[in-house]
Amino acid sequence: MTSCGPVPAAGTQGSARSIPDVVIIGLEIHCQLATASKLFCGCSTDYREDEPNTHVCPVCLGLPGSMPRLNKRAVEFALRVAKALDCEVLEESEFSRKNYFYPDLNKAYQITQYDKPLASGGTLTTEGDEGEKEVRITRIHLEEDPGRLVHVGGSDRPRYSLVDYNRAGIPLIEIVTEPDLRSPKEARRFLNKLRATLEYLGVFDSEKEGSLRVDANISLLGSERVEIKNISSYKGVEKALTFEITRQKGLLRRGQTVGRETRHFVEARGVTTSSRSKEQEHDYRYFPEPDLRPVRVRSWVDGIVLPELPDARRARFMAQYGCSPGHARTLTGDLRLAEFYEKVAGADPIIAATWTADTLLGELNYRDMGIGAVLPVHFIELLAMLRDKTITDKSGIEVLREMLDAVKEKRPQEAPATIVERLNLRVVRAGSSGTGEKEIPDDQNPLITAIRDVIAEQPKAVEDYRSGKKEAFNFLVGQVMRKTRGRVDPAELQRALAAALPEGEV
Amino acid sequence: MPARRIRFDEEDRFGAFLWKRDEAPTGEGRLSGIPVAVKDNISTRGIPTTCGSRILEGYIPPYDAFVVDRLIAEGAAVVGKTNMDEFGMGTTTENSAYGPTRNPHDEGRVPGGSSGGSAAAIASGMVRMALGTDTGGSIRCPAAFCGIVGLKPTYGRVSRYGLVAYANSLEQIGPMGRTVADVSLLMEAISGYDARDSTAADRAYLHTPQQEIRGLRVGVPEEFFGSGVDPAVAALVWKAIERLEECGAEIITCTMPSMAYALAAYYVTCMSEASSNLARFDGVRYGPPCDVRSSWHDAFQERRKDGFGPEVRRRILLGTFALSSGYYGRYYAKAQAARANVRADFARLFADVDVLAGPTMPTIAFRFSEKSDPLSMYLSDILTVPANLAGVPAISVPCGTVRGMPVGLQITGRHFEDERVVDTAYVYEQVAA
Amino acid sequence: MIGEKDVEHIAVLADIGISKEELEKFTTQINPILEYFEILDQVCRTGPENEGTANIFREDKVTPSLAQGEVLSNARETEDGFFRAPRVM
Repeated sequence: MTSCGPVPAAGTQGSARSIPDVVIIGLEIHCQLATASKLFCGCSTDYREDEPNTHVCPVCLGLPGSMPRLNKRAVEFALRVAKALDCEVLEESEFSRKNYFYPDLNKAYQITQYDKPLASGGTLTTEGDEGEKEVRITRIHLEEDPGRLVHVGGSDRPRYSLVDYNRAGIPLIEIVTEPDLRSPKEARRFLNKLRATLEYLGVFDSEKEGSLRVDANISLLGSERVEIKNISSYKGVEKALTFEITRQKGLLRRGQTVGRETRHFVEARGVTTSSRSKEQEHDYRYFPEPDLRPVRVRSWVDGIVLPELPDARRARFMAQYGCSPGHARTLTGDLRLAEFYEKVAGADPIIAATWTADTLLGELNYRDMGIGAVLPVHFIELLAMLRDKTITDKSGIEVLREMLDAVKEKRPQEAPATIVERLNLRVVRAGSSGTGEKEIPDDQNPLITAIRDVIAEQPKAVEDYRSGKKEAFNFLVGQVMRKTRGRVDPAELQRALAAALPEGEV
Repeated sequence: MPARRIRFDEEDRFGAFLWKRDEAPTGEGRLSGIPVAVKDNISTRGIPTTCGSRILEGYIPPYDAFVVDRLIAEGAAVVGKTNMDEFGMGTTTENSAYGPTRNPHDEGRVPGGSSGGSAAAIASGMVRMALGTDTGGSIRCPAAFCGIVGLKPTYGRVSRYGLVAYANSLEQIGPMGRTVADVSLLMEAISGYDARDSTAADRAYLHTPQQEIRGLRVGVPEEFFGSGVDPAVAALVWKAIERLEECGAEIITCTMPSMAYALAAYYVTCMSEASSNLARFDGVRYGPPCDVRSSWHDAFQERRKDGFGPEVRRRILLGTFALSSGYYGRYYAKAQAARANVRADFARLFADVDVLAGPTMPTIAFRFSEKSDPLSMYLSDILTVPANLAGVPAISVPCGTVRGMPVGLQITGRHFEDERVVDTAYVYEQVAA
Repeated sequence: MIGEKDVEHIAVLADIGISKEELEKFTTQINPILEYFEILDQVCRTGPENEGTANIFREDKVTPSLAQGEVLSNARETEDGFFRAPRVM
């Protein structure tokens, strides 16, 4: 494990135009905590499917005379995170007002934590570019989400805004890292690890739209720092940082300097754009929120029993199921995936690992679907058919695709066995293969008929084979495969084909 | 049970009300059948709540403040909303956007502020009791100027839920009435625990005023009779304190050095909090609308320029300055240090004495426009702000007149000893009668 | 002493909108007040910090929200359940 030592010195100082290779990245991550009610009132956090302004009360609207009341579970959730990230919980923390004007901000201030955050100083081990590394956590604090703005009349020239306060007051945890990340990829891996950790802790649901937002600080060694705001997806973080490195290097290459500024990430175009300089003149006039009392919860930390976290689970998957390190990392990198795997690992955990981590995950990603789309019982059934060779691997993929497409297209879901029957994917056998299956007459056996047909249709290839050309055999195998649409076990096919062909001259 | 209603067709001769009704429902309870007026910065469901400001013109709260819930639960007839200095910022009720209230004892003089409407409504006989709010003396000052009784309870003893915030860490809702017994009765009705106010204490006030103060140790800090105090007022208040001595109290003179900077600490704190509290009035969710075809900052500045009166604007500017980068340490942080010292000063004094006594206001009620300079106006709050800084209870009870105008005796007590300040005021009221 | 420029800056920070005449008047009035506040420079804290209660929480229970109609009832400019606000760009 490499620890984060000091930032390496700049490379060769030869020419003034030399572009440093060292990239320094720090992140500020805002995650919505999965409480039932908001941070300072009893309105439900389950607002995404609902009409605007239907999950609001006097507190959410900032009505005159309304007062905040701190949600205990939000504090407990934040403490769990603090403990999992090895942070020091402050003896006393307090809430402050961050004063600024924006129409989505119901009170013209955000209740957040400033000089007395809940916790500070921690670490999270992540997969770095050069092996495992510890990323230092600066601080963790709680704050409220603002409302949501919709710009009417296009985002470039809006005529006015529409405001929905359903989101106002959703509890956020802000996690700030030290500038310990060295590449966009590292940043993304760190985020994935953090997300997994928060989900394992039961405090965060990454599948909810907009539940995570990231601000990133990035600089090339020796240059000014640029802050990128408004990144709202995991992929976006990598894209925004990659774009920003290219942009900054381009500036340096042209002999210009990188100015300290705040930029916004425009997800749709994959670029960062400069914010107005006025925004950098913010003076938030923080002061303690007089309507809330201080929080003294350091002593609670000892009582928190953490669940198994991703690293521990990864080790267990290797030990208990014999997963490869790669599979174990993939499978434990997402709580739902890990839980899914444990449900389906069953009789043959190795096959289950390969099919879950490689095949299933690939198919899901391709369709932009989550693991929740697959019923474990169905996947277990599929794995069983693969294991006893009722279907071939190729058919297995076909069944899987059929299953996922049905979900995607909102068709009724079928059990894998039903799909196999419907698509006639059951492995075709040449004859008595000792499986105890009922013998079928040759003229009804699809494999035998397919071989007969191919031999009849491909006299040239058959002749080539007889005259000793080995490639001809492979060609014929391919032809039979095509005719049986991959439903036969390749070994059995070869055996049956060889038996059916006239003797060669070899 | 059919709701009972009472008539309330009193003529409002002194401009005490911003909103009133001719008939109000009343129910069963300790305040059954009693007309009660409510200061206009306390939220009333379905009834306009403007805080004496244009910026909240037409705003109708969808909920009742805790204290209004309590009034209704005790059967009170809420008859109207009373005038006040805009958002409570003033000592005269001249700063109301809807015009001043006049002092029933002399129409050429102010009723005091900021709860001037409530005080005038009581002093003129329109209502027996009313709710006021006190951030730096806003219950006690008009009580003193109008010759009625007003209590600023211990901070946390009455829920602020529904009180439109001006300076959250200082202000309390409190009872005002013609007599100490009425004030005590109203205090019983409005106190009690309310989980919606995180700064509220679970210390209900259940008390009937007692006539016994023998052995009570009454401290009189010399700073309470400092140079700004009108000698005639000082003499009258000293006489009142001597009456307490005649009733068996022991009078002990003492000093309170933190008085030197208490007023500065008070103003820095209330202005800072106000600058943040009053930023939300943008015309989007309530109040007169802003121009949505304009750009955000233009629309917002326009709204606030039109909506706030000069005193409010002055305090927002000063508060913004006190919190701004580079000045926070010098102003806001220092004010909090000063505030801690005021608290410590009270704690030290209350180790030796049970209550403190002195004048509520340094002078009698001002003539209209007498105090045109803001700073000289602020200075008149010097005797009332220490109780708010420390969060301790204080009552003003009438103790005679100077040049025909009422003067108030202020009794300050320990945290959660509202009962004792009420008793002391009650004894004085009985012997003075 | 703060000048008109400073007051103007504060007015921008406070987003309060200020006219030329007002600026002059406020600058004249604010200075003596700030001078009065200078007494705080001498203050050294002797009293204890943060007395009183801590850990005042609410349980994580959902309570009813207001009806949309009631939420929007005090706003003059609404559209499809939203509040209308000025553009922010």
